[in-house]
Amino acid sequence: MVDPVPSGSICPVRTGGGLTVGSRPGDCELHLTAVEDFLNWGKEHSLFYLLFATACCGIELMQTGGPRYDVDRLGMIPRASPRQADLLIVAGTITHKMASRAKRLWEQMAEPRWVVSMGSCANAGGPFSKFSYSVLNGIDKHFPVDIYVPGCPPRPEALIDGVIELRERVRRWQTLGVRPRDAAVIA
Amino acid sequence: MTVVAPPGKLTRQRVLELASERFPAATILVRPNSVPCLLVEAAHLIDVMQFLRDDPALDFKSLSDLAGVDLLKWPGEKKGEFLHSELMVVYQLHSLNHRHHATVKVILKRDTATVPSVAGLWPVAGWFEREAFDLYGITFSGHADLRRLLTPEDWTGFPLRKDYAYPESYGGVALKREGQHFDAGPYA
Repeated sequence: MVDPVPSGSICPVRTGGGLTVGSRPGDCELHLTAVEDFLNWGKEHSLFYLLFATACCGIELMQTGGPRYDVDRLGMIPRASPRQADLLIVAGTITHKMASRAKRLWEQMAEPRWVVSMGSCANAGGPFSKFSYSVLNGIDKHFPVDIYVPGCPPRPEALIDGVIELRERVRRWQTLGVRPRDAAVIA
Repeated sequence: MTVVAPPGKLTRQRVLELASERFPAATILVRPNSVPCLLVEAAHLIDVMQFLRDDPALDFKSLSDLAGVDLLKWPGEKKGEFLHSELMVVYQLHSLNHRHHATVKVILKRDTATVPSVAGLWPVAGWFEREAFDLYGITFSGHADLRRLLTPEDWTGFPLRKDYAYPESYGGVALKREGQHFDAGPYA
């Protein structure tokens, strides 16, 4: 006999039609769901991002991590090592010289990994795109980008909105079985 | 005209006199209300700089800045007249004790563009000279480690020269986009 889900029970997965049994006090709570949904629930709520910033977008990124906007409440904790990071936020102007370093950081991140391109410079070169000899016209020339956040620089609300969009993408990520490979690098 | 200097501080006029007594070959560029400016040959540069640094009355212990300048199509007084096609190196000197400044300029041929390094006199010049080498292609002879500083190591050309041609691609990434043009403007 399956009891209805009581309020306050552990019900982690919002999608996939989970089923909770055993709600009487002292009972062991059991939740039935798909493995994919459960793993993605964990990933979605622990998007650790790499401490990486190259220009004024980095100031907004710091503000996003600060107490007023506080992305810790989304489970986003800055990591100093790409080995421990799930999310690379490319915050700022990327020069040709920096691009190879940024690509190395991206390569060092374990899969699954996500990339948010923050600001006009990382999206398309920004104000430097036309006549600068040194600035790359968008980081997507070197590795695939999941979410583009426009702005110069974007306000923290915009970055958080981009992260919320990314969480939708993470929720649909296929950990098991066959999954589509990373999009080819746009040259 | 007699200029009375405040104690411990040289006037601009006196700096010029001291330098020109010692180096008659140096051209002195006089502009009103500006810092003293010496135009010297590249061959005499080290001697002049050594004097400016070590003379107790001048005492330029600090090299504030070193910059390259491209004089290509430098405008003359008449319209359409161009005076130069050379490169120039500008040294900004500062005396911390006497609180006075001086500028030293060296004009170089565009094709050779070689000047002796002053990194032996002011170690900070090593960074400035790498930057000027990177962006203007000026060779500083005697520099211990003259490599590119800001652009990638395998970059071609010197971006701040006025006749610089922008590359079509770098590292497999096309730099030219539809609707964009990378011409050298009026200097092409």
